[in-house]
Amino acid sequence: MKTLKYIFAILFLSATFVSCSDDDENTPAEINPVEGLNMIYEIPATDHTVQIYSEKQNLEVGYNEISIRIKDMASDKYVANAAPSWMPMMHMETMEHSAPHSMLTNTEESTVYKGHVVFQMASNDTEYWEMILNYSLNGQQKEETLRVSVSQPADGLTKTQVFMGTDDTRYILAYVNPKEPKVAVNDLQAVLYKMESMMSFPMVENYKITVDPRMPGMGNHSSPNNEDMTYTSATKMYDGKLSLTMTGYWKINLKLMNSSGETLKGEDVTEANPESSLYFELEF
Amino acid sequence: MGCLWCAVFCSSFTAQVYAQETPADSLKLIQLNEVVVISAGRQLDHQKQRKPLSTLDEFLESSRSIKMVKRGAYAWEPTMNDMASERLAITIDGMQIFGACTDKMDPITSYVDVSNLSEAEIGSGQQGAAFGNTIGGGINLKLDKSNFKSTGWTGSLESAFETNNAMRVFGGELSYSEEKFYFNVDGIYRKADNYKAGGDEEVKFSQFEKYNFSINSGYKLAEDKSIAATLIYDEANDVGYPALTMDVSLARAVIASVSFNQDTLFGNFSNWETKLYFNTIKHVMDDTKRPNVPIHMDMPGWSETAGFYTQANLNKEKHHFFFKWDGFYNKSYAEMTMYPTNSNEPLMFMLTWPDVRTKNVGFYAEDHIPLKNASLKLSTRLAYHSNTVADDFGLNSLKIFYPEMDRTNTRFLKSFSAQYHKMLSDFHINGGLSYGERAPSVSEGYGFYLFNSFDNHDYIGDPGLNTEGSADANLSVTYKKPIFEITAGANYFHVFNYIIGMVDSSLSTMTIGAEGVKIYTNLDYAQLFNASLSGRYSISNAFKLTGRVSYHRGVDDKGENLPLISPLSYRSAIDFYKNQFSASLSIDGAGVQTNYNPTYGETKSAAYATLSASFGKRFFLNDNDLFLKAGIENIFDTNYSTYTDWNNIPRMGRNFYLTISYSIN
Repeated sequence: MKTLKYIFAILFLSATFVSCSDDDENTPAEINPVEGLNMIYEIPATDHTVQIYSEKQNLEVGYNEISIRIKDMASDKYVANAAPSWMPMMHMETMEHSAPHSMLTNTEESTVYKGHVVFQMASNDTEYWEMILNYSLNGQQKEETLRVSVSQPADGLTKTQVFMGTDDTRYILAYVNPKEPKVAVNDLQAVLYKMESMMSFPMVENYKITVDPRMPGMGNHSSPNNEDMTYTSATKMYDGKLSLTMTGYWKINLKLMNSSGETLKGEDVTEANPESSLYFELEF
Repeated sequence: MGCLWCAVFCSSFTAQVYAQETPADSLKLIQLNEVVVISAGRQLDHQKQRKPLSTLDEFLESSRSIKMVKRGAYAWEPTMNDMASERLAITIDGMQIFGACTDKMDPITSYVDVSNLSEAEIGSGQQGAAFGNTIGGGINLKLDKSNFKSTGWTGSLESAFETNNAMRVFGGELSYSEEKFYFNVDGIYRKADNYKAGGDEEVKFSQFEKYNFSINSGYKLAEDKSIAATLIYDEANDVGYPALTMDVSLARAVIASVSFNQDTLFGNFSNWETKLYFNTIKHVMDDTKRPNVPIHMDMPGWSETAGFYTQANLNKEKHHFFFKWDGFYNKSYAEMTMYPTNSNEPLMFMLTWPDVRTKNVGFYAEDHIPLKNASLKLSTRLAYHSNTVADDFGLNSLKIFYPEMDRTNTRFLKSFSAQYHKMLSDFHINGGLSYGERAPSVSEGYGFYLFNSFDNHDYIGDPGLNTEGSADANLSVTYKKPIFEITAGANYFHVFNYIIGMVDSSLSTMTIGAEGVKIYTNLDYAQLFNASLSGRYSISNAFKLTGRVSYHRGVDDKGENLPLISPLSYRSAIDFYKNQFSASLSIDGAGVQTNYNPTYGETKSAAYATLSASFGKRFFLNDNDLFLKAGIENIFDTNYSTYTDWNNIPRMGRNFYLTISYSIN
């Protein structure tokens, strides 16, 4: 009968294991609006400080999501009406240029100004990035210039492409999401800008970016049910679907097409042509 | 070939005639088409067996109704009526067990050995429904137990050697049995090197090593009550699969059960038996010994099953009822990790079986009604079956293909059968009609890029597959005289929603070198037809002649051939037994496979015939027995392969074997 009890115990245990398999409930949202973000810069001024946050440890080449808070020392409160604007500037030895960037908005949280910037290159000892911030504080217009360092992503993967299209326009395409790719159908997101001048990088709307994920290490294995990225006006980004059938190194082959369907950059992946000249790289 | 089908009980029809008189044993009530006697340790059976210590696979292959699909020298997959594992219900002593390999390298028959089995009960079509939901039939491997016989201490030692692959077999068993208590312990060890096909052609990666250990014991609580427990441990290492791209480094099973038996229940019921069981299987594939592997991969799989059944007989006037309530819970999980050639890249990981939890609860009932010179058997199985994908990683993986799929899928499975037997002087006429259903297997429903080396395709399951159902009819006529018997029989299966992999050319292969990707799909229907003619003639008391020829055909809904359908095949043997001396000469062959299908990776297999012979002698040494048996298989060293040989791997060439059994009473 002891064996019987043992078997019962096994049955009971296995039943218990089954019943407590999914218990990852959502924890209630924290009040801290910059929870999980890293303060990468703090600019002290006489009566206030400017805090710059990123989800990364430092600024990197490619797409950076940035949150800015301005703390008024007098009231010890974060300012909600600073209406800030920003301008990234690259100082090279012979020239200067800016970088694609969005507006700074505080729609989600009134004291946190959010935006993104796409750095095309890394800084070094002689060539450096500066961020010029303009904002108002207690009715006064302020300007701060901050020298920032921008590094290449540590993983060495290509997630940003700066290229000349067949329409002789220079484009900047940067990977945004998924930040943590899964073996699943992922929501794929990217931003597309064109370079109008050294200082002007307007957003490109209504183009299309085709998606063909491949695993070069697995005989260029691909996956089904991917969706090409199209422009979503609400997010001002290009949204698509990315299916990844396993973990590992993936090359997301892309093709940029304008609104009349002409290919501006990239090629179809075929037996003869294993990769497109326009791509993102992923590892997970 | 280990031919011993003289050990096979004649035919179901005769078995049933005897059974209906006194239905003492519940299992006899289940009309079985065939019972294959195995028990290696029982000296009485040795004389009936041409090759006593052959593998269980060889024993099963020697049966009339089973053919074995081979991927190497080890772990063959049984098929019945040209249907394989997923369409069969295969149990060990009534226990549901499911292999842990996504590539079918471990049919559950590979987790037991002849040392602990007494017989294999085989029921064709819905006659096998007592063992579970089935389309093609059911096989139950019965464990060998002393069952409270007053035999005291007995023991035996066995050894065998085969020349072709230098297979060494060592086995032993020890039993103690009295009226209130019994226990049996047995163990067997087998080790084989690569075998050689006809013409001295070495078949690389066909080696294997395995051992099996089992204990079973029973105790009588009272005159009419007893409890019993069994434990089987089986482990195979270094198993080569020449037909596949990978070998196996570990295939391990632990199978345990406890049961309670009582002679009567509530006054009316008899032979009440209740069993609780648990088994766990781990299977690890290994490609490290293969040359030129495009990408090294680890593919471990696990399968755990817990279950129960409770069954009893009820005799009421002319009705002999048998009721069984059973259920199981299975957890199937398999993963694949690939190591990229560029070691800086991260490992590639996928779940090939996404932790599928299968629940099945069924109720089986049959009624056996003896009529005047006839009998009727009605049976039914009604079951609730559900599959749940427990792993989120796996669920999300499958949702790449099926964005709308649900985590859980439930179905209700039905089976009905009516079998009629009529005796007209020396003629026995047996006919039946039945309908049965089965749920898709874990691979068919949830497999994720499972590579099939037979047709060189990756397979992906479909969780939305319809339940497969089959309507079948069988008819046989036996003419029977004491020294002579001939049976002509046929059966036909019309399988609705037949599940098979179909190419989806839009999908990209995962396995390097694969030709394409197939998705398991329901065909509208498929048709399978089997016919056979078999006979037995006792030339004298000492000489007996047997023979059988069978024809098989399987087509899909477009009239195309189904894969793995047997060509015309035949067997014949002459057996001699006198004064403790036995000998046999047997021929085994098949015609050209004219109905094959290249779409499923088949090539036409040529006609072949092989000849085998065996000689045995039993010696009495004081009270003990010494039994020697020697034989030659494939005497003419024919190089051949059959339709069941995966990728046409040739079968074993000429092979001499010798077995020695010594039993102490």
